[in-house]
Amino acid sequence: MLTEEIRQKIAQEIAGCEHPREKAVDVMYVLQRHYGYMTDEAVHEAAQLLGMTPLELDELATFYDFIYRQPVGNYVIHVCDGAACWMHHERAVFDYLCRKLGVEIGETTLDGLFTVLPTACIGNCHLAPAMLINGKCYGLLTPEKIDDILEQLVCEACQPVLTK
Amino acid sequence: MSEMVLFKNRREDRAATLDEYRQSGGYEALITAVTTLSPKDVQQQVLDAGLRGRGGAGFPAGRKWAGVPEHGHFPRYILPNTDEMEPGTFKDRILVNADPHLVLEGIILAAYAVSAERGVFFIRPSYEKDAEIIERELEVARQANLIGKNILGSSFSFDITVHRSGGRYICGEASAQINAIQGKRPNPVKGGPHMAEQGLWGKPTIVNNVETLACVPGIVRHGADWFKGLAATPTGAGNKLYCVSGMVQQPDCYELPIGTRLSEIIEGSAGGLVAGSTFKACLPGGASTSFMPKQFFDVEMDFEPLKKIGHRLGTGAIIVFDQNTCLVAATLNLIEYFARESCGWCTPCREGLPFIREILRAIENGEGKEEYIPMLRQMADHMNQAYCAFAPGAVQPVLGLLNYFEEEIREHISQKKCPFCAGHQGSKQALWTNRGNGRYPGAANAEDKFASCPI
Repeated sequence: MLTEEIRQKIAQEIAGCEHPREKAVDVMYVLQRHYGYMTDEAVHEAAQLLGMTPLELDELATFYDFIYRQPVGNYVIHVCDGAACWMHHERAVFDYLCRKLGVEIGETTLDGLFTVLPTACIGNCHLAPAMLINGKCYGLLTPEKIDDILEQLVCEACQPVLTK
Repeated sequence: MSEMVLFKNRREDRAATLDEYRQSGGYEALITAVTTLSPKDVQQQVLDAGLRGRGGAGFPAGRKWAGVPEHGHFPRYILPNTDEMEPGTFKDRILVNADPHLVLEGIILAAYAVSAERGVFFIRPSYEKDAEIIERELEVARQANLIGKNILGSSFSFDITVHRSGGRYICGEASAQINAIQGKRPNPVKGGPHMAEQGLWGKPTIVNNVETLACVPGIVRHGADWFKGLAATPTGAGNKLYCVSGMVQQPDCYELPIGTRLSEIIEGSAGGLVAGSTFKACLPGGASTSFMPKQFFDVEMDFEPLKKIGHRLGTGAIIVFDQNTCLVAATLNLIEYFARESCGWCTPCREGLPFIREILRAIENGEGKEEYIPMLRQMADHMNQAYCAFAPGAVQPVLGLLNYFEEEIREHISQKKCPFCAGHQGSKQALWTNRGNGRYPGAANAEDKFASCPI
């Protein structure tokens, strides 16, 4: 269930908009942050708020890369597999991450912290190989650097104030 | 050293502020436009300057704007396109991060030229920082009356909202972008009404790449001749942001006169190839352009010179491959990308790209047959039947591979393996540490074929 506060906020934003459907992706992002991913319930709620059918909304939810229709971890790792990163061994980044986290590509760690996904070129080709974690870019990756990044995120996740 | 226009205010650590932008002559063009020029004057200046779109297609910006009928409907829209998802391309991100007000002034001038009331700044999710910068600086510009109601006391009113995308390559295509903003599945529209007449919400709409828009303030301020004079070629106009990535010493985005030679960009600006590497080929303008072999190393990187040799400038994003990189594997990477990013709406693209991917995968895995070569060409040609430019663009590297590196395909077939994958049985850790420009321990051993094929 959405909190009344979030519902009100979304409804207000939509009310101020000449074409509510323009807000579809924004609303999905808000609901996704609330539920962790676009649950069936979220699809229905977003559709209702936007004056769309759940089917119309789901057509969008299933289309976009950064809208998740399945549960994901607190930290979604998008590894860039664009041409420049590929040249700098993006496969090795995947392999290293997956081995270290004990998951396959597309899976989430058992503790619910990390999900590893491929993504379209993230526009940081000069920093190849690169990846995004919850939208933040990390480039010039090496195994040591990945170790440090993951360690820091695990550490942050242990401190309740800093978790998502 | 050529004159810097777009990156004049680029800093290492932060975006230029409004004051810094104004100190460098920023918003003078807007003041001139709203006080002394008519919208038609601005259109004419941009037309005379020969500004061509920097987003890939190279369509003349002035002609695009002139497509809005003088007595057409209102409201009219400008869509500054920052859905930069062409592999190898990161110029718009750096531009917005460097000098957001240059981009904003360009958008406002474009809006003035076509009498638009609203801009929708379309931005991909990976560029969230840019979205935040634009939102922050829009507020600063509003406070200074540079945007909003009655700009600088004139009768011209215009404002911009930021539209965050959910993230898909196809949203960069103009008609798909309009669908995306309208909360519809972002399929491109084939044929359909002309967007300059009937675009977003059925109203006149102009979609321009942000680098294109950032060229406009300079044109209005200094004139069409100045802009033309920036170019290194007689047919070109303006400066260009060239992104260089791949096997070069200093991968980055460089502002240079349009038409600067490829050799100068790679060996001069980007510092040449990494130690031990030699140039084998590049994609001159992002992943939707053909491989360009060594024989064109001195080509002038401008629309016309490239067209003359059968290539395209695209986004001007140069991805450099060295002698140890398998181009069959590289093409497979690119086609995997496009097959995944295809919106799936029309059959040639949805079915054809995975078909090509399977053929390439078989060849790369040593299971290729001679007849696969004409099959690849035939399938690549079929992509011209697709709805939009996505599929014909996607197969450009395939055509480049066939046109210039057919021998390399044959080697895969005759040797029943990838000739670049000699030592693949080693650990991934070792793979990782054998390439790159000194970033990785043990990097750049030219004779080491161990890591020659990243697959």
